[in-house]
Amino acid sequence: MSTTHVDLESAVSAAKDRLDQHAYKIVQRHFHDSTGCPFWLEKKSTFNFDPLTEVKCFDDLKKFPLFEDDWLRGGPVERWKMKDMQHQPTYVFETGGTTGVPKSRVVVNDFRDDYENFSQTLPDQYFPRGGNWLMLGPSGPRRLRLAVEHLAQFRGGICFCIDLDPRWVVKLIKKGWMEHLNEYKKHCIDQAITILTANHNIKCMFATPKLIEALCEGLEERGMTLAETGITGIFSGGTEFTPQWTRFCVEELFGGEAEESGIFMTPTYGNTLMGLACSKPVTAADKYKIAYYAPQPRAVTEVVSFEDSNSVVGIGETGRVKLTTLTPEFFVPGFLERDEGEREPPFETYPWYGVSGVRPFHEIASSTTVGVY
Amino acid sequence: MLEIPVIRWGKPYESLETTEVVHFNTGETIANVHAANGGLVTRDMRSAQKARDALRQFSCAQLIEKIGVAADLFENEALPLGDGTQTAEEFVDHQSASTGLPMHMCRSNMKKNSFVMRNMEEILQCLTRGLDLDILTRGYGVESRGVMVSYQAQTPVLGAVLPSNSPGVHTLWLPAIPLQMGLVLKPGSQEPWTAYRVASAYQQAGIPIEAISLYPGGHDVGSALMDSCPRSMIFGSQKTVDQFSGNPRVQVHGPGFSKIFLGDDSVDDWERYIDVMVESVYINGGRSCINCSAIYASRHTLEIAQAIAEKIGPVEALGPEDENAGLAAFTAAGMGEAVWNMVKADLKEDGVTDCTEKFGDRLVEKERCSYLRPVVAHAESPQCAIASKEFMFPFATVVKCRQDKMLKAAGPTLVGTAITQDQAWIDQLTDAITIDRLNIGPIPTNRLNWLQPHEGNIIDFLYRSRAYQVTEEKMAEMV
Repeated sequence: MSTTHVDLESAVSAAKDRLDQHAYKIVQRHFHDSTGCPFWLEKKSTFNFDPLTEVKCFDDLKKFPLFEDDWLRGGPVERWKMKDMQHQPTYVFETGGTTGVPKSRVVVNDFRDDYENFSQTLPDQYFPRGGNWLMLGPSGPRRLRLAVEHLAQFRGGICFCIDLDPRWVVKLIKKGWMEHLNEYKKHCIDQAITILTANHNIKCMFATPKLIEALCEGLEERGMTLAETGITGIFSGGTEFTPQWTRFCVEELFGGEAEESGIFMTPTYGNTLMGLACSKPVTAADKYKIAYYAPQPRAVTEVVSFEDSNSVVGIGETGRVKLTTLTPEFFVPGFLERDEGEREPPFETYPWYGVSGVRPFHEIASSTTVGVY
Repeated sequence: MLEIPVIRWGKPYESLETTEVVHFNTGETIANVHAANGGLVTRDMRSAQKARDALRQFSCAQLIEKIGVAADLFENEALPLGDGTQTAEEFVDHQSASTGLPMHMCRSNMKKNSFVMRNMEEILQCLTRGLDLDILTRGYGVESRGVMVSYQAQTPVLGAVLPSNSPGVHTLWLPAIPLQMGLVLKPGSQEPWTAYRVASAYQQAGIPIEAISLYPGGHDVGSALMDSCPRSMIFGSQKTVDQFSGNPRVQVHGPGFSKIFLGDDSVDDWERYIDVMVESVYINGGRSCINCSAIYASRHTLEIAQAIAEKIGPVEALGPEDENAGLAAFTAAGMGEAVWNMVKADLKEDGVTDCTEKFGDRLVEKERCSYLRPVVAHAESPQCAIASKEFMFPFATVVKCRQDKMLKAAGPTLVGTAITQDQAWIDQLTDAITIDRLNIGPIPTNRLNWLQPHEGNIIDFLYRSRAYQVTEEKMAEMV
């Protein structure tokens, strides 16, 4: 056994210990009468176990029923506020909601904590401290807009934003109003190019794959490249982040890998419930494979059997993505995401299991509108 | 197993994503087809003009000659395909294996395509109404009758989102290359064969391959193609038709709802026309939009339905290699059953008689596919839901309807065969804008004359006729 292998094994073990301790601490907090939110304290009475005494490690979270995201729909939203955070300024972030009541998550500090942690993973060479940012993604009641703005500020920059309403985009797609869809996309891209070419020293950007593509095309129509706008670092996210798309983006839109084009892109995977999973560095040598690792111990992604959501699949095997969120202000024990993928082994940077090849869960894929913005 | 790359203006491109094409009967993987992403299409379309420029190195006449050579290559020779080659017989095998069509139907479709390639000069002459094709190349010119005309190309390329289930439709995009317009094709996921084989035959015949792009892939590829090509065709469902209806950039081909109308003056002799009706319903596995899905008559309708049922009701599901096979397999899991459930529901409606019931079960489930044996129904009125249905197997409803109500009741009709000599009614049928191709007389709906336009003239779609004036002196030079 090589030294490296031994080092990785001990790192995996240490991470597991840390996760177990964290899971215990978070469950204590969410189910203690002095700190817990009304939702979980009420829910506790329906369990046939006592979370305070019978959950001692991460594996014990399997005792909870699967989290149902419908619980997040409708009010009063205050039922999710932790007792000891009642008087702190609170945000509500929404997800879904094109039709019907959206899912809501109340947040005090989580988005800042998540993105400050994420910030540590960004290379300063391409995401320079003090550089300004452009947020080219969904705005409105979504967490992403404030989160990216906070990330920019945390790194000493200022964030420029454009408006983008994904609910309207979904409606346009469902109605088949593709001409309107294209005009709306163009409207967003025009604003982005105006900002990027207005001498604001913008170096970094969040954008979804579709908007990166549209931005590069829009710039090219004006005889410019993305590199010429000064952008050097992009973080992005979405299930349409496939290896082929990434290769196309790097090779043909950026003009080569970061060393050649000067533009570094890091894919991420996340949502309002979880936060942000980072990717293992994506390289041509690895055929642009994209493997995500959750920000443990605050969130955990597992790849579980389609038949038994308490059983993880083997490395390289396919299963459904199961999410667990363990922050001081939000507790999600075992939520089955609408995605599937392959289970990835731990490595030095992230000594825990990850997921690659993320795509819409095959049983619901045909009814899901993905990559809308 | 063949490895089939994306083709970007003639150059192979190996994607990181591939899709397997599987033999419907054996489960064997026949090919690994590389999948493009939408961005590739959008990006490549920036240089679409180069495709037209490459083709304009040759005159239309020269390209037509090369296509004649390509016709023979397509029909008979082993041609490069991906990392291997494909003989004509392998093409038939492959197409049958992935689409479920019997091999003899694949051979027949292959001949249909090569016929169009071989007769391109005559076809274009008819579609252009005898225009000197150099006028299309130049954009203007003086016609033989001494009149200045101008036809302005509206696009450097023709895009097409091709279907998986109907290899006969490929004839529609074949005229693009001889008109010096490039081709940007998204082949159907189960039928990549024709598009790749035509491209290969064109290349071998000396047509600049940089004028052709082939982008297998998902829905995003189709959307990107439709967005970025100034003129494109799409083949799809009624939903697709509705989505693109009225869009001048798109020629949309959907269900045909083709019909036969028996006039009051002819219906008493219906037995004389039974073979025309049977052929129209049954040929090519009933899969085409030009297959007849409804027969309208004012009387004898139940007898007509029963007579057709007697002819095709007993047809069995035979293997794809069988020369007598008349049915195509449904290769997608559960599809045969789903279609049968829809038909069953319609057959239960009051006023509907299932005339093929007595010939045994219609749904035939095999290990990896399913078949639907022919269904012939009788409907007491056009209001019965089944009267306006079309399915991907030999299916037709004989509808009882007064002659003076037929046109309104029948609705959109791709091919309408009217068996009548009643000139007043023929005049009404001729004026009816709901009928695209009109046959007067006992002509099976499937027998298309290639010299006639199909769902709009491709010349009108690709070119715009406009004013072009020159001085009298210049005109005198040109005449």
